[in-house]
Amino acid sequence: MPVDAALVGKTFPPTRPYAVSEEKVREFATAAGTTYDGGPAPATFPIVLAFDAMNAFLAAEEIDLFRIVHGEQKFAYERPVVPGDVLTATLTVASLRQIGGNDIIGTASEVRDADGALVCSTTATLVHRAAA
Amino acid sequence: MSALSAGDALAPQEYAVTRADLVRYAGASGDFNPIHWSDRVATSVALPGVIAHGMFTMALAARAVASWTDGAEVLELGCKFTNPVVVPDDDIGVVVRVAGTVKSVEDGRAAIALEVTCDGAKVLGMPKAVVRA
Repeated sequence: MPVDAALVGKTFPPTRPYAVSEEKVREFATAAGTTYDGGPAPATFPIVLAFDAMNAFLAAEEIDLFRIVHGEQKFAYERPVVPGDVLTATLTVASLRQIGGNDIIGTASEVRDADGALVCSTTATLVHRAAA
Repeated sequence: MSALSAGDALAPQEYAVTRADLVRYAGASGDFNPIHWSDRVATSVALPGVIAHGMFTMALAARAVASWTDGAEVLELGCKFTNPVVVPDDDIGVVVRVAGTVKSVEDGRAAIALEVTCDGAKVLGMPKAVVRA
């Protein structure tokens, strides 16, 4: 089932505020094989927020996560994420096209702190694979 | 950190990736897409088998950047996911190799072009990092 083209330009509600803890950052760093002794989180940590926003988008549109493959990801950082941050992500559907029966969904998410200041802008291309 | 200069070739880093690593990354990131842990689901959507999270491979690329730059602040990071990293259900896994070349250093920003391969095939398209220099 193709994704609804009317979604382009739609912004979804911000995710529930996420309190970044040192333990969670350590868990994330350890998963990529590195150690963590405080300070900035690894560069890809904001995906935790962006993924949360994507899940909410997929659930709202009844898109199965297992049909999604990641096509592209970009981050532009205003500052590193650090423990103590309380972050939200707001996702906008930026583009949508169909190639070979797959939907290519472009999304843009803004990760902001408790003061509303931008921490990171991230864009993702999601490939929604057609049912066989 | 040691100063980066345009043209520098950065020492390639190699990281082994097993199914256990994918499970750990799933928990740490919250990405529980079953294509990263279930062969049954992965093959049902025409993938060759369980594949690594693209973001896990990107995290390994960021790990290499951090090791080369002594943890310099990352200003930009991006890539396309062009080929899947297929991770077999054994205790050996696969090796992801991250190489890098400094493309430019100006205005306090160092741009690093990455090359991320698995079994000799590029798995990321145009991977690039910009760090504070």
